[in-house]
Amino acid sequence: MKQDNPNEILNDVTSNDYKYGFVTEIETDIIPNGLNEDIIRHISQKKGEPEWLLEFRLKAYAHWKTLEMPHWAHLTIPEIDYQAISYYAAPKTKVAPKSLDEVDPELRKTFDKLGISLEEQMKLSGIAVDAVMDSVSVRTTFREKLAELGVIFCSFSEAVKDYPDLVKRYLGSVVSYRDNFFAALNSAVFSDGSFVYIPKGVRCPMELSTYFRINAANTGQFERTLIVADDDSYVSYLEGCTAPMRDENQLHAAIVEIVVHDRAEVKYSTVQNWYPGDKEGKGGIYNFVTKRGMCKGDHSKLSWTQVETGSAITWKYPSCVLAGDHSVGEFYSVAVTNNFQQADTGTKMIHIGKNTRSTIVSKGISAGRSQNSYRGLVKVLPDAENARNFTQCDSLLLSSDCGAHTFPYMEILNDTAVVEHEATTSKINEDQIFYCNQRGISTEDAVGLIVNGYAKEVMNKLPMEFAVEAQKLLQISLEGSVG
Amino acid sequence: MNAVQQYIELYKSQKNLIDTHSSEVMNGLRDEAVALLESRGLPSLKDEEHRRTDIESIYAPDYGLNLGRIEIEVNPYEVFRCDVPNLSTLLYFVVNDSFYKSVQPAAAKLPDGVLVGSLREMSVKYPGLVSRYYGRIADMKRDGTVALNTAFAQDGFFLYVPDGMVLEKPIQLVNILQGNVDFMVNRRLLIVVGKGAQAKLLVCDHSDDAAVKFLSSQVCEIFVDDDAVFDYYDMEESSENTTKVASVFVRQGARSNVLVNGIVLHNGVTRSNYYTEFAGEHAELSLCGMAIVDKEQSVDTYTFIDHAVSHCHSNELFKYVLNDSARGSFAGRILVRHGAQKTEAYQSNKNLCASPLAKMYTKPQLEIYADDVKCSHGATVGQLDQNALFYMRSRGIPEAEARMLLMFAFTNDVIEQVRLDALKDRLRQLVEKRFRGELAKCSGCRACR
Repeated sequence: MKQDNPNEILNDVTSNDYKYGFVTEIETDIIPNGLNEDIIRHISQKKGEPEWLLEFRLKAYAHWKTLEMPHWAHLTIPEIDYQAISYYAAPKTKVAPKSLDEVDPELRKTFDKLGISLEEQMKLSGIAVDAVMDSVSVRTTFREKLAELGVIFCSFSEAVKDYPDLVKRYLGSVVSYRDNFFAALNSAVFSDGSFVYIPKGVRCPMELSTYFRINAANTGQFERTLIVADDDSYVSYLEGCTAPMRDENQLHAAIVEIVVHDRAEVKYSTVQNWYPGDKEGKGGIYNFVTKRGMCKGDHSKLSWTQVETGSAITWKYPSCVLAGDHSVGEFYSVAVTNNFQQADTGTKMIHIGKNTRSTIVSKGISAGRSQNSYRGLVKVLPDAENARNFTQCDSLLLSSDCGAHTFPYMEILNDTAVVEHEATTSKINEDQIFYCNQRGISTEDAVGLIVNGYAKEVMNKLPMEFAVEAQKLLQISLEGSVG
Repeated sequence: MNAVQQYIELYKSQKNLIDTHSSEVMNGLRDEAVALLESRGLPSLKDEEHRRTDIESIYAPDYGLNLGRIEIEVNPYEVFRCDVPNLSTLLYFVVNDSFYKSVQPAAAKLPDGVLVGSLREMSVKYPGLVSRYYGRIADMKRDGTVALNTAFAQDGFFLYVPDGMVLEKPIQLVNILQGNVDFMVNRRLLIVVGKGAQAKLLVCDHSDDAAVKFLSSQVCEIFVDDDAVFDYYDMEESSENTTKVASVFVRQGARSNVLVNGIVLHNGVTRSNYYTEFAGEHAELSLCGMAIVDKEQSVDTYTFIDHAVSHCHSNELFKYVLNDSARGSFAGRILVRHGAQKTEAYQSNKNLCASPLAKMYTKPQLEIYADDVKCSHGATVGQLDQNALFYMRSRGIPEAEARMLLMFAFTNDVIEQVRLDALKDRLRQLVEKRFRGELAKCSGCRACR
């Protein structure tokens, strides 16, 4: 009987293959591999960008050349040859589609397989989808409805053309191109992404969502997302991704910048399920992302929620700069690693304004031979009177060969701050499994129940539409072992 | 010439002098230590583990070293009388980095086979025994300060408790810093507790002259064999001009029980490293410490607990109280290696920031490669409970007194870990005095009179 040997069941983790692995055959427009000034000019020209953006890219590139790849994370990253990557790939669509019928049927099928059929989403769920495939926005929906309210939700390249002043004002204001190695790289070569602007006093009526996919082989994807919430506004933004199966590793270095003004609130949710590599640790996505939000205004609020199940290597720290007085930062995370996956993820909460508050809840689940680390910083600057932070990071270990690590940093420069950090690491409680067994629940189901309960605190923070997918992902990721 | 080169030059020109006044066992490691120092240098602020204490600039000033071992006339009893009431200890002194022979408790008090005394002398008398342990766990590659200490250490303290021996009386070692020029000492402690043996060691650090700058480098190696029990208390109580860079290395055998308690009551800059390692199963470690720092003082602790084998238990507790412009830093790393199942490791770091300019950096770390473990860490930074303060004041306790009581209660957890009642009482008294702003030195010593 299977449940007689829980170890066997836990080891079964590896038996599950990536369900979203398929390649869509669409003609893609790829520029030669390698990175130099000409390539950057080429990208910029192809996208028909203004001079100031090209300058921004070139400055970033010049700075990137002076940097070295960081090695401080608890990750083993194989050597990456940045000259062997193609920095631009766009699906060849000659005319922008006006209706769903005009969208390439192959592409439509891909989205259908992923469960994001555009028409269904448009009709039923009321979500505006900005579908991004290989760096260029293919289609944006619900634009008109949002436009009535003055909400801008479009691809980054469109924003550059239509709202240059807004883009110019906010681009790089939170994540400077000098920020880190990958931020500099992204700033130099970013292809496309999403742009959101919520005007003063507007509560965005629907959840904004975008799906990223990596499609053409051997192309890195360099997304750039910029969200600006003006005074008294509210927006909930969803980001989810699945990528097809590949043998060669793919690099993804995205930037997400969020600016939150007075009394505004932004909720950013991510479900990340990119190809994690096969059972032997071959292939998989390298996910090196810089995400940061600036709570610029008083009483502003930024909340990050992430469910990380994919990618071979994850290097990601969605952060909050709490500059405005009474601003609030939140970070809720579930990170699941299996087989040979590696994750070094966490957050930074920088308290600058007075009476700022932050909450961090991180749940790590490691199985197989994976390594899962939480790394976080809570910094309270001298002027941040009455700052308050609560951090909890728990790790759950499902096999004897995996690793769970926590590296929290606390730098407190103000005596009125109250900062708490708690971390626990343990394996699934055998008493709980026994209790379930006694009541006729198989070990597999019991472990599933326990893991779900363990992650619930974070799952509850996800918007409804996402929670379903996230729960499915959690199950798929650990299927055979615990689900 | 940077700080390191200055020491390397000194070593090369004075090698004979250093060797003459030490022992063969200690001289044996010097060349390797200097080579390591030359290739790796001292830790810099860029090193993740040394980001809060600038070791290079600590070693940069031109300190005097007593390489020629010139005897300093001192009556340690006059400088310091730190006897703990109701606790008769066997009292030994190390003045600067030389074992002080003139004043020693009668050897007759020691049971047969127990060796206590000068590390240099013991390593001449029992070279086989000392060389089996000296420098074996003090990893010079890990930290340039350990290499530098190994290169220059000429003497220190040696304690050997043979198998099965239970030492009833605690041993007390008083380190005294004395000199009239800026001075650097390289002290070495070597402690070996045999199978099933039991001992307690209390080490107190004092400096005599508050006007002289001291740099005190200490490396302590503690070997605790199977089934042995050992307590190590380290109390730092010197002057604001004293900088202490200390590393404690512990290796524990199976079923052993070790308590390490480091208390910083008064010192300028303190950097303490604790490296402990479980070599046998079912061993238990309690590692704790506290620091009361004010003015411009700084205290920086790094701990590394290596759970290399299964079924071991470690408990870590560090508490800081920071006043004025004091700076506190704590980095605690717990490593549970692959296969070290049934490990239990708990860590807690709690800090009280009692003034607007005080700074605290804390960095607890768990690195776990085994699944059947129970590990946790917690870290807090906060202030005194305003409600508790108000409660006390509403009952007629003046604010200053109420604050002191609360701070005292805060640190009491660490004192509670002490496994000697008389020492516990004594520590409570010293801590209370410290909070009252008095130097904690006992009333009997010269500085207080």
